[in-house]
Amino acid sequence: MKNVFKGNLTGVFVPLIAILFGFVAGAVIMLVSGNNPITAYGALISGIFGTPYDFGETLQRMTPLIFSGLAVAFAFRTGLLNIGVEGQLIVGWFTSVLVGIAIEAPMIIHLPLALLAGALAGALWGFVPGILKARFQVHEVIVTIMMNYIAMHVVNHFIRNYMIESGQRTAFVNDSASLSSEFLTNITNFSRLHWGFLVAVIACVIMWFILWKTKKGFELRSVGYNKHASSYAGMSVNMNIILSMSVSGAFAGVGGAMLGLGTYNYANILPSFTNYGFDGIAVALLGSSTSIGIFLSAFLFGGLKQGANNMQSQAGVAPELVEIIIALIIFFVASSYLIRWIYSRFQSKKEGK
Amino acid sequence: MEYVIEMNNIRKEFPGIVANDNITLQVKQGEIHALLGENGAGKSTLMNVLFGLYQPEKGEIKVRGEKVDVTDPNVANELGIGMVHQHFMLVQNFSVTENIILGSEPTKRGAIDLRKAAKDVAEISDRYGLRVDANAKIEDISVGMQQRAEILKTLYRGAEILIFDEPTAALTPQEIKELIQIMKNLISEGKSIILITHKLKEILQVCDRCTVIRRGRGIGTVEVADSTENSLAEMMVGREVSFAVEKTEAKPKDQVLSIKDLIVEDARKIDVVDGLSLDVRAGEIMGVAGVDGNGQTEMIEALTGLRQAKSGKIIVSGKDITGYKPRKVTEAGVGHIPQDRHKHGLVLEFTVGENVLLQTYYQKPFTKNGVLNYPKMYEKARKLIEEYDVRTPNEKTLARSLSGGNQQKAIIAREVDRSPDLLIAAQPTRGLDVGAIEFIHKKLVEERDKGRAVLLVSLELDEVLNVSDRIAVIYEGKIVEILDAKDTDEKELGLLMAGGKREVGEPQ
Repeated sequence: MKNVFKGNLTGVFVPLIAILFGFVAGAVIMLVSGNNPITAYGALISGIFGTPYDFGETLQRMTPLIFSGLAVAFAFRTGLLNIGVEGQLIVGWFTSVLVGIAIEAPMIIHLPLALLAGALAGALWGFVPGILKARFQVHEVIVTIMMNYIAMHVVNHFIRNYMIESGQRTAFVNDSASLSSEFLTNITNFSRLHWGFLVAVIACVIMWFILWKTKKGFELRSVGYNKHASSYAGMSVNMNIILSMSVSGAFAGVGGAMLGLGTYNYANILPSFTNYGFDGIAVALLGSSTSIGIFLSAFLFGGLKQGANNMQSQAGVAPELVEIIIALIIFFVASSYLIRWIYSRFQSKKEGK
Repeated sequence: MEYVIEMNNIRKEFPGIVANDNITLQVKQGEIHALLGENGAGKSTLMNVLFGLYQPEKGEIKVRGEKVDVTDPNVANELGIGMVHQHFMLVQNFSVTENIILGSEPTKRGAIDLRKAAKDVAEISDRYGLRVDANAKIEDISVGMQQRAEILKTLYRGAEILIFDEPTAALTPQEIKELIQIMKNLISEGKSIILITHKLKEILQVCDRCTVIRRGRGIGTVEVADSTENSLAEMMVGREVSFAVEKTEAKPKDQVLSIKDLIVEDARKIDVVDGLSLDVRAGEIMGVAGVDGNGQTEMIEALTGLRQAKSGKIIVSGKDITGYKPRKVTEAGVGHIPQDRHKHGLVLEFTVGENVLLQTYYQKPFTKNGVLNYPKMYEKARKLIEEYDVRTPNEKTLARSLSGGNQQKAIIAREVDRSPDLLIAAQPTRGLDVGAIEFIHKKLVEERDKGRAVLLVSLELDEVLNVSDRIAVIYEGKIVEILDAKDTDEKELGLLMAGGKREVGEPQ
């Protein structure tokens, strides 16, 4: 009885403890740097839930994080480390905006088309490292890191030379391709919340369905766990690697479209990486590569980033501290072994008495 | 002071199970003491207690008459207890010497004194007759030599009591012979040995006394001289066991498998299967006997589509399957029990149910329009689990948490249930205990009697001799002789496997 209980719990337990440890360590740092952690965390929480605007912005911030988390997790399930979510997201952003500007069509066609364009661009950007891995055993980490730079500079080149409208950005996308919603904006007191949030929720369901309910998902997971047994059982390991990277890239690409068609409604010259892709690694890790876990951890990360503003303005805590707390949480998740060890020590002490 | 090691009334619990319950093990100075039990009986747990990896809940440990508290492996080392692990703890790209001194390197002005180390290693290996190439890298030497390096490692650290954990599991018959000699040398030099095993023959061959445990309980200690294979097996399993495989005369029918002039390259581009031809008929078990590394693995991989043949033909039930991908081979009516069940046989992180459907998940009714029907899959899985007596809490248990024997039963359930025309069984009983071996041999004979062709590739001569109807001897990538199992014996096979000629055979 006890075993069953424990087995189900560790998946949830470790991330929760990691989050707790992260906040405690953050509190220690605040104390050392002369801040009051209780005021600061109070400000953080009210910065997330305090007003409809804050909550709307939190949901808006978590939307692309859900996609980048799903992208990382999807590849990870097939045993691949997709560090290229950043680049796939950038090309997805750009391509969806391109379609959003260049085409005129009724919304029912235009919006899906723009999203699809983002997905395809991201998929292409994932396909390249996928095929290189499958055909020539080039490690996907190296290729995807390089593809990130290519994505950023190529996109910047096109925007700078062909699409600049004012300052550093393109024109706005046509209304028929925009995810922005007057309704959502109004009920959240003029936040940038858009329909993309719903798309993200649907994407979570899609990923769960593909991985756990379809034949392809069975193969993808099988290849991720054991390549040899999978090829023995007649699955094509190479095809599954390519497919996994492409689908992963597609998720990332739609994540980019969330920015291009939702949050900003344009694309701009990027002075540096957006970091959504890299945060996605942390989101996937904290969410144990499950749909529901990714949704929750994206909420946490989005909330922390949003609440950081309030921490700064109300409690006078530097926003960098939020970054440090996030880093600490990731540290503790990554050292889940340490947490398990502490937990088992704790258990055996208790049993000893 | 008669005993060098005494473990009295040891009890070790893990959440939910008692792994060791009141076990007593007393080892005399200078003896080889067998610790016998089925897989999962608690042998490894007991040894890990002795080695300081686990702390017992109850009981005491005495070394040379003194009560000790082995809190971690370092304490065990200081007490002169050394362990030769089943899965070697060696750094693959270090040399033998470097591995042996690892952790207790002799130094000279802060730098490792490799010259002194090499000298020390050479001295110890001479003394005990442990032939090793001290400068070779671990990844380049045979399994037998790796094991000798592992033994040297414990001796280098001054071990007086050596624990051997299933040492023969990965060895060839020749290497086993050498190991037995090494153990005898160690004893004559005053060491004591605990041999963990479930191979009865080895116990009868080398051990002085034997302690048997069954399902975590100590059953007793016997003098090996007064025991037989049957009496030990009965103690271990708790019931009578038959070693002879019961089977009637084979009634072979049509030819099912025909291999013609097969040439297969290995990863180094060497033709390890070199013009091999072999025919197997329906209703017979063809055993392939050979020393490891004579092309068996590559032959099987070519047969099952995991590796491309360079040339030659493979025909199954009249269909040329040369160059087919694994799935098409499977669909052509070939079942395959792979030799490495963890690498090829199972996805350990999948459930037992998912694993028993690993070859059929994509077919109706398990998949419809690309969507899996898990209720149907698990329904089928439950049937297979029951029919093949796979002991698992349920079909949703992870394959990883099953014992080796039950993992193998799950694979056999999957492969046999498709009723393939040809069943390839590669080392189907490796590392399994008597009960599981009995079951698997029975299944193979059953399949034969149902009119399937069975190709049994094994490194265990006993197995080949007992189960097969005909035996093909493989040597350097060729079948050098095909014998009737009734007309041959271990001695003759051993000779042929080593490249010798049959006495009555024609020259060249």
